[in-house]
Amino acid sequence: MAKPAVLTHPESLKRPAGPSEYAKDPVNASMSKAEKIALYTKMARIRHFEQRCIRIYQQGKIGGFLHLYVGQEAVAAGTISLLGKHDHIITGYRDHGHGLMVGMGMNECMAELTGRVTGCSQGKGGSMHYFAPDKNYWGGHGIVGGQAPLGTGLAYAVKYMGLKGSCLAYMGDGAVNQGAVHEAYNLAALWDLPMIFVIENNGYSMGTSQERSTAHPGCLAKRAEGYGMAWDVINGHDVYEVRAKTAIALKRAHEESKPTVLEIFTYRYFGHSMADPDKTYRDKDEIKEYRDKKDPVLLFEQELLREKILTPELSQEINDAAMAEADKAAVFADESPDPTLADVTKHIYWEEDNRGPDTTSRGTIIFE
Amino acid sequence: MAVITYREALRAAMREELKRDDKVVLMGEEVAQFNGAYKVTEGLLKEFGPKRVVDTPISEAGFIGLGIGASMLGIRPVMELMFWSFSYVAFDQIVNNAGNIRYMSGGLINCPIVIRGPANGGTNVGATHSHTPEAILASHPGIKVVCPATPYDAKGLLKAAIRDNDPVYVMENTILYNDKGEVPDEDYIVPLGVADVKREGADLTIVAHGRAVITSLKAAEVLEKEHGVSVEVVDLRSIRPLDEETILASVRKTHRALLVEENKPFCGVDAQVAYLIQSKAFDELDAPIHRVSSIDAPQIYCKRLEDQQLPDVNRVVREALKVLA
Repeated sequence: MAKPAVLTHPESLKRPAGPSEYAKDPVNASMSKAEKIALYTKMARIRHFEQRCIRIYQQGKIGGFLHLYVGQEAVAAGTISLLGKHDHIITGYRDHGHGLMVGMGMNECMAELTGRVTGCSQGKGGSMHYFAPDKNYWGGHGIVGGQAPLGTGLAYAVKYMGLKGSCLAYMGDGAVNQGAVHEAYNLAALWDLPMIFVIENNGYSMGTSQERSTAHPGCLAKRAEGYGMAWDVINGHDVYEVRAKTAIALKRAHEESKPTVLEIFTYRYFGHSMADPDKTYRDKDEIKEYRDKKDPVLLFEQELLREKILTPELSQEINDAAMAEADKAAVFADESPDPTLADVTKHIYWEEDNRGPDTTSRGTIIFE
Repeated sequence: MAVITYREALRAAMREELKRDDKVVLMGEEVAQFNGAYKVTEGLLKEFGPKRVVDTPISEAGFIGLGIGASMLGIRPVMELMFWSFSYVAFDQIVNNAGNIRYMSGGLINCPIVIRGPANGGTNVGATHSHTPEAILASHPGIKVVCPATPYDAKGLLKAAIRDNDPVYVMENTILYNDKGEVPDEDYIVPLGVADVKREGADLTIVAHGRAVITSLKAAEVLEKEHGVSVEVVDLRSIRPLDEETILASVRKTHRALLVEENKPFCGVDAQVAYLIQSKAFDELDAPIHRVSSIDAPQIYCKRLEDQQLPDVNRVVREALKVLA
């Protein structure tokens, strides 16, 4: 395939990382010191939670797949920090960062990974299936791109009920070639849904680089033009830029009920999942380059140090606290009980879990 | 009590539920302006307007997924599939999302969605449009499946499905759409998981669902008139949940069972029913259980042969006589 003549990437990504060009954007300038420190704290908490997960995984206590968010923290942090009462989110299987951002606790998140009854899904979902509907977080979905139509349904429901809200549906760059995503694009544009599709572009769909997987007109977001949708590209290493550009899309959703596709350029430091030895498709130098020069947590820390909001001591304190919290969560996850055999057949049907005089079904529904 | 068609009964169920609950929304291909590909939703756009009755693009994975997402927030979508055969392009949404989300969230979420439409062969349209996926879908815990055979059951089951807080997949039959039957004027539901003895008998139990019930009732008349055999016909109505007690009670009475369905035989609904009977009523049986299913091939186009591929009265009678031998 001929490469596109012009790549439509964020301008700020073409220059070496330095002070954010978006610090003075109203959505950032209006943040209080406490809000900025809270945002940094949340990013640090995601980082330390994920790094603690690696150790537990290596101890053999986490089964199945574990997709880490390390390196991508600014995406969830920047976007979710803007959301209000009627804004909903849904994502794929790299879902821990979003969960911590909406306010899920480290304990319930860690215990889900070890399959405990104290986990957010009572040990029935695992790493890929975090849910917190009370916090407008609708998962946590294991099939690439399958969450995109669900997201349009959340946005549709918000609009149907006449609420000023939205849905942000996150996906990886590998998801953009799934038919379900294109069907969701079409419905969102056709029905003017208050929807933001967030492509977290970390460059690799599992072990296949974007060059080897995706035909595009300069960037992935630009495909939105085929549906008459607005789009933008964002430097995902700069949480201020993520906030500034997402705020525009959010305003479009809230005030015009129009969808947007955002492509946020980011990078993951670990393999696709812990099952990926990460030795075949990218150089270690590439990872080092990102870690050293574009780390989103480090860049935001430097930003706040420059703004004299953060001190090295306070930063140390925040990071120490996050590490201690993750350690405690690991102990909690280790010591919590498993679900019982009787729990295996619960939470399958609402009507079975809530039997009453109005129950609309009888008969045998769980079979021997 | 009015005599109306199966199609009108489905429409009446939707009209009444649209009136009863403003969270109920109808969606699907051609359901609104076109008045429904099979006219099931005829007139509902005019009566309820475009917010409640919504035309979708030909995009099953997209709009079914959208309905499931909306149901998580409390909307009660009633989605029409022009054919259940088209569910195959939306399988991930129908199974993985609607069927699993409650479980994977540890009970935090439920999806009160109905997906309905015809699922039958016998209409001379070839294999891609003739699938009967009730057994495939009912094999997934988290999903409910019903197959009404009469106008009364069509209305009652669809109303129950719409009020149910779990995903309920209603499989209709285009050949039955013009069948007439008595339907009460007052509000009623047929709860899911309750079978119906459509004909009482003493010598043989026929268990069937969907249009196979109608075929079995005709066969029962032939068996009585020409062979002096008294046949009981149990209409499952609901596949999952399944009314095991009604099946077993009938077998305990007649001691012989013939299972009839329009599915292909391999892992059909009746494979489960046969297991049930041998597991819980083995000592009651005076003869081995027999099955009549569609001939095991993709649905043939040629109408003359397709009519023989599906269970017909002759084949049911023939097989019944074997069970009675």
